[in-house]
Amino acid sequence: MAYFIQLVFAGIALGCIYALIGLGFTIIFKASEVINFAQGSLLLVGAYIVSAGVYEWHLPFLLALLLGIIITSCIGLLFERFALRRMIGRPVFSILMITIGLDIVLRTLVIARWGSNPIPAATPFQFTSGFTIGGVHFGADELWTIIVTVLVCAALYYFFRFTKYGLAMRATAIDQEAALAMGINIRTVYALAWGISAAIATVGGIFLAINVVAIDPTLGNIALFAFPAIILGGIDSVSGAVVGGIIIGLAVVVTAGYESHFANILGAGFHEIAPYLLMILVLLIRPYGIFGTRKVERI
Amino acid sequence: MSASPATRKRSIDAEAQPPRLLGSLSRWIALCLIVVVTIVFFSVATEDWFTIVNFTLIAAIASLGLNILSGYAGQVSLGMAFFMSIGAYTAAVLGGTPPTTPLDPLGLGLSFLIWLPASGIVAALVGALVGPTALRLKGFYLGIVTLALVFIGNYIFMNARGVSGGPQGRTFPVPAIGDFSFDQQNTILGITLTSGQQFFLLILPVLVLSALFAGNVMRSRAGRAFKAVRDNEVGATVMGVNLFETKMGAFILSSFLAGIAGALFASFSRYVIPNYWSLALSIEFVAAIIVGGIASIWGSILGAAFVFGLPLVIDQFSLLPVGSSSGGLSSGDLNALIYGVLIIAFLLFEPGGVIGLARRGQALLRKRNSHGGEGGEAAEITDLPSSAGTYVDMENPAVTKGEET
Repeated sequence: MAYFIQLVFAGIALGCIYALIGLGFTIIFKASEVINFAQGSLLLVGAYIVSAGVYEWHLPFLLALLLGIIITSCIGLLFERFALRRMIGRPVFSILMITIGLDIVLRTLVIARWGSNPIPAATPFQFTSGFTIGGVHFGADELWTIIVTVLVCAALYYFFRFTKYGLAMRATAIDQEAALAMGINIRTVYALAWGISAAIATVGGIFLAINVVAIDPTLGNIALFAFPAIILGGIDSVSGAVVGGIIIGLAVVVTAGYESHFANILGAGFHEIAPYLLMILVLLIRPYGIFGTRKVERI
Repeated sequence: MSASPATRKRSIDAEAQPPRLLGSLSRWIALCLIVVVTIVFFSVATEDWFTIVNFTLIAAIASLGLNILSGYAGQVSLGMAFFMSIGAYTAAVLGGTPPTTPLDPLGLGLSFLIWLPASGIVAALVGALVGPTALRLKGFYLGIVTLALVFIGNYIFMNARGVSGGPQGRTFPVPAIGDFSFDQQNTILGITLTSGQQFFLLILPVLVLSALFAGNVMRSRAGRAFKAVRDNEVGATVMGVNLFETKMGAFILSSFLAGIAGALFASFSRYVIPNYWSLALSIEFVAAIIVGGIASIWGSILGAAFVFGLPLVIDQFSLLPVGSSSGGLSSGDLNALIYGVLIIAFLLFEPGGVIGLARRGQALLRKRNSHGGEGGEAAEITDLPSSAGTYVDMENPAVTKGEET
């Protein structure tokens, strides 16, 4: 039982990371109906800058974090302003591919600057710290992941609910033309979406790096697990991203914890595809996800 | 979403010509040039060059497959690596040497005349099996599902030791005619052919046949249906195009070519690990068709040469200083950086890729020539793929977006 609770706790912590990454996807999708395949690389850039800030440039952690957030946000803003804005009205294929282009460029730039070997993850606390209750170890990194995710969600909730720009973003997501008619500046909304999403990607990247202890250029691929999460939750739903993220996190950790008992049937690495199988199932039954809006197609 | 006016105009342009194998005089000249270059290459090239060119030609077959699905029919796919792996392992099981110990991977030892077509057919069958599920989804969703296929395929082949040899991989069969195995030097009719030359003589015809077939299908009713579905699904349905059948057709055709390319690749490499068939490989094919030219046969080939051939050439001549201060950027990484930038640049400024640029250049030349003479050609110039129309609404995004819902 303690083993199961341990897995659930670890699953929720991992799920929070997916939730953070998923939030990045969802916010951009809500604002501009673009799925940003470069999210994984933004996360990678953020994690590397924070790590380099701490170990190479000897900055305090919070300053390095701030630097990471500022740089990734700038990349997001510039890409939106100079590339994506010109792509409006183009086929989905082209838009998807241009974000893949950005992904490739960012990842190779990271390799060019820091090489392919892993570098240590920056962390403001001791990896080994934490406490144990009834045989279940609550690690400091996992607790921090959960706490920060809750804080980020609260901040986003406040932003979308009570601030002028948050309301503008929601209005744009509901009806772009009406929002435009109400005097909302759509360009600001797009820019905000990319800035916020890149900033969240950095935070997610740091925790992802802490989760796997070291950063290497393949870290961005783990962000792909956020796809099942957002599809599960509903691609245009912010709360869906969080719920979907946690479900996927639990699915990964729990299957990883028990798959050794079924090794003769499942073989190795089943937990790596469990999220995708779950996603395909959801797409077959309820393509718009748990919280997503059901779209009506006009013929 | 609808395609840009540029691509639409171009496809109308292509429609105007009847199905044909060969066309005008300039095409004949171009063809003769290609044949001459091929013959010269064949007689003077070293074995290393054959390796580079063979890999490029194989990649071109798969790029062609992806271009049919994504370029012509407009369906996003990140699953090329998956269908290539299906083809490769079909070839391995059918053509591989029969196992001598229980731990050896399976192999039936059949001729390549069986396993090569079978690899395409099995991949197409798998495509037909997955298609109905995947093709219910559109755009980004289809992209994500095909991406999931790659991961599921990796998982299956990592565990299916009998088929793939498990994580450490397996050897793949080499084509053989009678006693002449393609991996050795053979003398046929008094001419000594190296391994690379023999593979070249197998791969090039496969590519040429695939290209001719694809090119002619795209000018047929089926091809026009592909483009109609890409440009406007609702419009296509109204015109009597069966959406599902059309998408399935494109999906199956593309899987078939991917399977053939996978089998050829594995056979030419001799040894492949399951992790090779990765998402990165799929993305390289996407890069190839964007850089080369979306919805263009020659574009697929040029793109494959750029994305797959260039890093091999760089390695061959060690153009990269080893251990320099570049932070360990390999030729593959450097190439990735270049094509990453090119993807962005081409999508922004010339969605037609290198082929689009060439068409633009051709049109410019024609325009200059016709200035002095009669104005007869002027009418044609208005039909040029111009990107100007694409940017008209750019400063007013909301309006364009609104129209699409």
